[in-house]
Amino acid sequence: MQIYGVYIVNKKRPVNLDIGTIHLPITSYVSILHRVSGVVLFAAIAVFLWVLDASLSSEESFNAVKECIGSPFCQFIIWASLAALGYHMVAGIRHLIMDFGLGETLEGGQLGAKIALIVAAVVIILAGVWVWV
Amino acid sequence: MGMITNVTSFGRSGLSDWLLQRATAVVMAIYTVFVVFYLLTNPDLDYSQWVSLNSHICMKVLNVLTVISIAIHAWIGLWAVLTDYVTVRLLGPKATPLRIFFQLGMITVTLVYLIWALDIVWGI
Repeated sequence: MQIYGVYIVNKKRPVNLDIGTIHLPITSYVSILHRVSGVVLFAAIAVFLWVLDASLSSEESFNAVKECIGSPFCQFIIWASLAALGYHMVAGIRHLIMDFGLGETLEGGQLGAKIALIVAAVVIILAGVWVWV
Repeated sequence: MGMITNVTSFGRSGLSDWLLQRATAVVMAIYTVFVVFYLLTNPDLDYSQWVSLNSHICMKVLNVLTVISIAIHAWIGLWAVLTDYVTVRLLGPKATPLRIFFQLGMITVTLVYLIWALDIVWGI
């Protein structure tokens, strides 16, 4: 019997599933970051909805949002939210590509993970440029 | 255990959740790409232009589809995270009531987001 690439020979053997002591492959980091960014985005929804609500409520609140986007604190919150969104989208698109059967081998998965990290880094930098420049 | 796990999942079925997670992702990606493109190409956006975009029926439909997609996607995603990490194996016997508490909390926040968001995008 094989579970996640590990051969289970004897069910009574001790199993080490302590994630802190296992050397994780790059695909695991991409997957864990996908989950972390998803949880962060759940909180960021409140930020996005607040911005959307204020931007559509009145001309005064629309201008207040524009003014807020000029303050460093606000800029950081928006950039962090966009960074989580950018990473989550890139990792999600990788999932969709893999659903079509591309990059499903061990090497393909590792290459896909590397590409996802590089593309996500570029997206996060571009989000920073958008917010600050 | 199986019943407790399944009863809080969105579609009560792994295949249904799997497909919905992808369909909702595509809707949100379309929204995100469109809005980012729109904001980048309209750097001097003013209030009346922003309101007129969001009151167009096509944008209203996209807004509502996106808002519903966010709720479904968050529900399925957070269910997966909670049932993977807040477990008896990792946290002991207290994990089951703790997970149910977090899941009901997550569902409540998701529904609050959904109602708030629908109120924003449909009232324009």
